[in-house]
Amino acid sequence: MANSTTSASANRPEGAERLSEERREAMRGEPPFVEAPTDDTRLVRALKEAGVTAGLVAVLTLFFFFFRTDIAVGGLNLTVDPKSWIIAVGIAFAGRFLLTYFVFAGERPTIGGWKKVAAASARWPIGKVLGITLLLIALTLPFLLMTLLPGQDRYLLDLSILILTYVMLGWGLNIVVGLAGLLDLGYVAFYAVGAYSFALLATNFDLGFWICLPMAGLFAALWGVMLGFPVLRLRGDYLAIVTLAFGEIIRVVLLNWYDFTGGPNGILGIPKPTLFGLEFSRGEGSFSDFFGLEYSSIQRFVFLYYIILALALLTNFVTMRMRKLPVGRAWEALREDEIACRSLGINTVNVKLTAFATGAMFGGFAGSFFATRQGFISPESFTFIESAIILAIVVLGGLGSQLGVVIASVVMIGGIELLRNLTGLQAIFGAGFDPTQYRMLIFGLAMVLIMVWKPRGLVSTRTPSAIYKEKKTIGADLVAQGEGH
Amino acid sequence: MEYFLQQLINGVTLGSIYGLIAIGYTMVYGIIGMINFAHGEIFMIGSFIALAVFLALAAIGITFLPLVLLLMVVVAMICTAAWGWTIERVAYRPLRGSFRLAPLITAIGMSIFLQNFVQVTQGARVKPLPPQIQGGITLMDSPSGIVVQISWIQIIIILMTVVLMAGFSLLISKTSLGRQQRACEQDRKMASLLGVNVDRTISLTFVMGAGLAAVAGMMFLLYYGVIDFYIGFIAGVKAFTAAVLGGIGSLPGAMLGGLAIGLIETFWSGYFSVEYKDVAAFSILAIVLIFMPSGLLGRPEVEKV
Amino acid sequence: MNENNRNWAVDPVLSVEHLTMRFGGLVAVDDLSFDVGRGDITALIGPNGAGKTTVFNCVTGFYKPTEGRIALRREGTVSDAALAELTRGGQQYRRADDGSIFLLERMADFKITEIAGVARTFQNIRLFGGMTALENLLVAQHNELMRASGYTIGGLLGLPGYRRAAEAAKEKAIEWLRRVDLLDRADDPAADLPYGAQRRLEIARALCTNPVLLCLDEPAAGLNPRESAELNTLLKYIRDEHGVSVLLIEHDMGVVMEISDHIVVLDYGKKISDGTASEVRNDPKVIAAYLGVDDEEVEEVERDLDVATAHTPVQGGAL
Repeated sequence: MANSTTSASANRPEGAERLSEERREAMRGEPPFVEAPTDDTRLVRALKEAGVTAGLVAVLTLFFFFFRTDIAVGGLNLTVDPKSWIIAVGIAFAGRFLLTYFVFAGERPTIGGWKKVAAASARWPIGKVLGITLLLIALTLPFLLMTLLPGQDRYLLDLSILILTYVMLGWGLNIVVGLAGLLDLGYVAFYAVGAYSFALLATNFDLGFWICLPMAGLFAALWGVMLGFPVLRLRGDYLAIVTLAFGEIIRVVLLNWYDFTGGPNGILGIPKPTLFGLEFSRGEGSFSDFFGLEYSSIQRFVFLYYIILALALLTNFVTMRMRKLPVGRAWEALREDEIACRSLGINTVNVKLTAFATGAMFGGFAGSFFATRQGFISPESFTFIESAIILAIVVLGGLGSQLGVVIASVVMIGGIELLRNLTGLQAIFGAGFDPTQYRMLIFGLAMVLIMVWKPRGLVSTRTPSAIYKEKKTIGADLVAQGEGH
Repeated sequence: MEYFLQQLINGVTLGSIYGLIAIGYTMVYGIIGMINFAHGEIFMIGSFIALAVFLALAAIGITFLPLVLLLMVVVAMICTAAWGWTIERVAYRPLRGSFRLAPLITAIGMSIFLQNFVQVTQGARVKPLPPQIQGGITLMDSPSGIVVQISWIQIIIILMTVVLMAGFSLLISKTSLGRQQRACEQDRKMASLLGVNVDRTISLTFVMGAGLAAVAGMMFLLYYGVIDFYIGFIAGVKAFTAAVLGGIGSLPGAMLGGLAIGLIETFWSGYFSVEYKDVAAFSILAIVLIFMPSGLLGRPEVEKV
Repeated sequence: MNENNRNWAVDPVLSVEHLTMRFGGLVAVDDLSFDVGRGDITALIGPNGAGKTTVFNCVTGFYKPTEGRIALRREGTVSDAALAELTRGGQQYRRADDGSIFLLERMADFKITEIAGVARTFQNIRLFGGMTALENLLVAQHNELMRASGYTIGGLLGLPGYRRAAEAAKEKAIEWLRRVDLLDRADDPAADLPYGAQRRLEIARALCTNPVLLCLDEPAAGLNPRESAELNTLLKYIRDEHGVSVLLIEHDMGVVMEISDHIVVLDYGKKISDGTASEVRNDPKVIAAYLGVDDEEVEEVERDLDVATAHTPVQGGAL
């Protein structure tokens, strides 16, 4: 009897082992069903697979490269362009052949294999060093640009402002998606509410930037609660699709409520921010006049840059601080296990609503900044694609990682924006080649590729919010994503 | 009354199109539990392929309408199915079993990619196609001047949907493929242990969903006569709404939900305002998910503690 | 333990009366009544599917019972008249000098833990796997810390009041980690801990909510004999040193018979036996329910059961 007892417990794996085994089992992409391997040599297999790929590409692109429909007088005209189609098929054949022959080297080409390479995680000190370096660069960027690249400083500064706006939006959404695990596909709604609140307050009541900004943030937070309330019971994909619907509803209403929002024409003449009443313009009472500087349009850009940097840093500071507070810890606990939260006396309704509200508030701040920077807003700026971009930044960066958001913003927004400059490619593809046309095309492709390469995002480790003795980062495979159960 | 009848006919036609797209969503969600965000784009690609086939046939002189329609359906289904297969292979299969948000992001990425791919290769402007099938049956000719008419194209759309739905239901309930699919839906790992080729089954699900979406795309083209690279997004969200409304995972539910969304949208536009028709559809989505998360025909989910 | 020592009849901390829970046509719990004595370890046992976990879910508010009353006397002895008045009045709870009472069937799940003081663990462990052991115990002190942080505002500003409360919370967490022998794993993510450690951590986490009643759903499942013995020690410590009443579901008869002051036996949602360990062990109905035999064979079975319980069948862990 005693013997059988010990052997039974000996056969049972240790708890953690068993758990991780289960987890690995559940995550395994490759099912037990395996196709019989072929006896082909490497060359034959490479040729075969290249042939299949080329055939597939031929079918896929037949009606997009070979045929092209153009609008002509009296209807549509069909033009035929076999050259680009054949080139595409050729590239597919060659590419797949080389890939199979050299890279996969005889193994079955499953992209899943890449994940194992990606599993090695970043160490904490690297993150810290990188964070501080990025902060120092961000603080001095306008001066760096003005001295190092005087010809392009305005363009690059403008791009930096854009990137920082997305960093801020990403950090705001990171609270909702990364910390609380609530998948929100309609984050742009809060961005829009912030921008419109700001614009309406500023144009109708003649209030200054520094008064409108917090009010717009509060409005957005209020909307966060209002939209958050009905979706409290929803989880995962359903939550995503309802938040998407809310985002679209808000956009359609903005588009059609002419009297209030100006409809598709939007709102014009939104005042620019001032520095203690000093405007960034030419003439009396302006910033340059007051400080006795020579007027330059770049002064306004530098000012805007520091505003968004300050707002973004505020977002980061508050988020990092909240993570160590009970509310932030409850967000993360909610992401891990909602039922366990309830069993510990945590009011999950409040926890969810605070996450929605806090995230929405920062979205509202960013929206206000957007309105004042543009001086003009219309519903066109708040489409679903914006939500998708912000979510992509958060997920690609690594859920819950503040540094990841920065890296992803720089890569995705900055990298794509730089395509505009690649006019040199016209030499290769002909004068009609317009690289900006391919911006979103490449953006979409990059989203797919980065995700396949690193499904957990670029920075995927979690740092504990409280430490007893030793700070250990937590691997992404242990951290839940708020999928409920 | 006449107005009501006419709206009813229009609503059913629109609902048929939504229903066909919704089947793709519902099957994919049923089998791998993800929202295939790019499915709306598949529908859009189907309509573009159908248009190109039509123009190509016209260019080589084939104008006999039934033959043209048949060729359009067949070629559009095949080529769109190839797209469906490729998307699954490239963007979803590598992430199978990975963390849940990853395929959603690749799906959104794919959706963005496909929209812009079509925009770049086919141009951003809308493509008008003059109506090819004209006339219809006048059902009622009231003295008030309102004519209730069901056009031939509407008849074709509704008939085709009924035929495809019937065939599809048979496929799922009677064939070995359907059984494998249902098995994968229940328990993928177990199905695999029992010798079901799970990858192939999932691929086929995408292929079939894409085929139906291609038919929907072609009918959209013939019915409205205007397409552009952006039609997939709104149609996709509405079809997903339909799938959810009917109960995700249920084929009859998808059709029923499609009809419901089509009718709601048509009546809302007919009696209230055209501008807010999308708001109506999205509000329905939100209300259904919040109050009836398992939809009309879906199985209720019980929270396990 | 003799007949006079029926603490649960004299000073019950929890009284379940006429509890019925139906799921559609299925009656999971059928007109069940029992008491849990203050300061007792009470075991709820029964064959699989007897409705034990359903009772737990009703007590902790995760299910709303179809019928019945679940009264928790947090402190003091409240008269039955006061309880009846509270029931009629439609309130959820009453706090008074002579004791406070909570009607759990009317309260939301998180309120039951927060103000009534009932904590629980789960059959399939529900730790926050991606958070460290220490963080798990800090989450359990959420409500206290929330108030101390001035509902986040004070904490954001870094007020000293919150910093002191946070230190105290950490001290408490560390104390419990030491008690369950997990101090050296304090900074490891909960999902990385061995199975037995996860069970202990979950109990420690529940205790961090300062409960008066601790509900444990199969705490010994999957533990080896040494770990089971440690669990017994821990449960006795909780009862004796912290005055926490324990209600537990358990299949491991070794654990049940050794530590329980009171055992309630369920079968098909009904109570079939209720008493001390020795009473229940000798109850023919219990033996029949467990082994599914006719009354004639009971005597024979009784002998076997005595042998089995003496040897602690650990492999019976319900996994």
